[in-house]
Amino acid sequence: MTNLVISRDRSVLKAKVERVAERVLIHTLLVLGTILVLVPFAWTLSTSLKSDKQVLEFPPSWIPSPPIWYNYVEIFEARPFLVWYKNSLFVAAVCLFGEVLSSAIVAYGFARLRFKGRNVLFFVLLSTMMIPFHLLIVPRFVMFKVFGWLNTFRPMTIPAFFGSAFSIFLLRQYFMTIPLDLDDAAKIDGAGYLQTFLRIILPLAKPALGAVAIFQFMSSWRDFTGPLIYLSSEENYTLPLGLYTYQADYFPEWNLFMAASVIAMVLPIVVFLIAQKYFISGLALVGTGGTKG
Amino acid sequence: MAISAKAKRPRLTERKKESIAGWLFISPWIIGFIIFTLGPLLYAIVLSFYQWDFIQDPKFIGLRNFERMFGDKLFWQSLKVTVSYGLMRVPMGIIVGIGAAILLNQRVKLLGLWRVIYYLPVILPPVATTLMWMWIYNPRYGVINNFLLSVFHIQGPAWLQDQRLVLPSFMVMAVWGAMGRNMLIYLSGLQSISKELYNAADVDGAKSLAKFFYITLPMLSPVIFFNLITGMIDVFKLFSQPFIMTEGGPRNASLFFYYYMFRYISERFQVGYAAAMSLFVFILIMILTVLVFRSSSAWVYYEGELKGRKEQ
Repeated sequence: MTNLVISRDRSVLKAKVERVAERVLIHTLLVLGTILVLVPFAWTLSTSLKSDKQVLEFPPSWIPSPPIWYNYVEIFEARPFLVWYKNSLFVAAVCLFGEVLSSAIVAYGFARLRFKGRNVLFFVLLSTMMIPFHLLIVPRFVMFKVFGWLNTFRPMTIPAFFGSAFSIFLLRQYFMTIPLDLDDAAKIDGAGYLQTFLRIILPLAKPALGAVAIFQFMSSWRDFTGPLIYLSSEENYTLPLGLYTYQADYFPEWNLFMAASVIAMVLPIVVFLIAQKYFISGLALVGTGGTKG
Repeated sequence: MAISAKAKRPRLTERKKESIAGWLFISPWIIGFIIFTLGPLLYAIVLSFYQWDFIQDPKFIGLRNFERMFGDKLFWQSLKVTVSYGLMRVPMGIIVGIGAAILLNQRVKLLGLWRVIYYLPVILPPVATTLMWMWIYNPRYGVINNFLLSVFHIQGPAWLQDQRLVLPSFMVMAVWGAMGRNMLIYLSGLQSISKELYNAADVDGAKSLAKFFYITLPMLSPVIFFNLITGMIDVFKLFSQPFIMTEGGPRNASLFFYYYMFRYISERFQVGYAAAMSLFVFILIMILTVLVFRSSSAWVYYEGELKGRKEQ
């Protein structure tokens, strides 16, 4: 009898030890992963606050003493960094406005209205997401040249006003979850399709619109190949393109380099931290389709 | 006439109205699709049969661009680099993504904070992170080689200037950058697995490892499948790293396809040849995608499928 109790105690104890060991393992791995994710940032931040001499010191110190805050002023003085920042903001803002508006309109058509060919067209829309961008750069470049759009922001901004497959898909999925009864009730009250869209669907779809807005903002903020191909004069550069000019230096000043990178990273991080709920819910909405190159 | 038709069959005109409204609502996308996607797509096909340098008139040369491509050693090198990199990078991304997702699916404190940290690299501009990693990989002053020297007293290699190390170095960067994105995708996959399956396995006394291989992995297979296809397309889109960090070197060891094609547009102004290459690779990607799709029925498990069979 006592034997049995002891052995039971033992197995309870064993289970407890196992559970604690599991907890420890999970937390160790979590911390390890966090370190791996954050070390590059810490190194960048630390370098950005070093003097020219400190950058080349061995062994390198993680905490620059004294921190050279002036680096962050110098990047704005040495290059038209502020102009690039403004350009990036402008392009991102116009794209955001255009894409949210147009994608919502198109998504409403796909989600709520019945017409011949709708399913075929929706399939075409989805398959455009599979077309590799590289196939289109040559003809688009030629086309924008004919339009006289080269070295303007138009090649980036104007296409946004025709909706993007990803945003349309995401919004359509959300619109489908709104009860159809609401549309019918609006119809009985004499509302047309446009009014139903503006007064009923849009206000109810705020979370999805928010998600689309954030995805769009992020993707234009990070875009490098577009500006690289279409913009040629320095005063029209966006931030990623401006950052790239540092790389072309013969004697790279790594501290300024890193300070500039930090500046380019700050805005998306802040936006992400503020709006992460939209982000996560948006990704959940498209399920496995939740990524945008 | 119209009025009497309306009186007789009011539902039909209602239908028609809805149909017209539907087309009007989706018309922005249709116009955009024709101008910015379909048109350029067809134009790319036409251009691939021409020789053109942006200045002189385009000259029709039949299949000569394609003939040249098949004899172009650097073109095949670029495909070799891209595909061999993809064979490392895509499985690695899947493994790390599943690992991170399982880790962040546990009941731990501050779960939201951990997830945000892991997701952070995804949102950053690639140019900024590429510059950052260039500095990390710097042979003399970079953090990795400094760590190796001060802790293990080893002189670290020149990561990006070494033919054998350049692709693995790119991969570490890419996995670091995409981990959060993959993590989130697998996380939503994990959360859609019914708890009953695990409970049933517990009753049968299954170990964690068995549960992983017999429940988690099969249930995640549609997500893995999705990740495989998007990962493959991503590899063909890779541009900023070779362009900014290595310019395809050393000795073309990081000559990725997209970057190689880009050179023909921006430096050599051979637009027709660039179009031919991009068309060929587009078809190649399509074939690869179809192959993955075909093979998927053998290893991807869809829950709906089984339900369908039960009903019969």
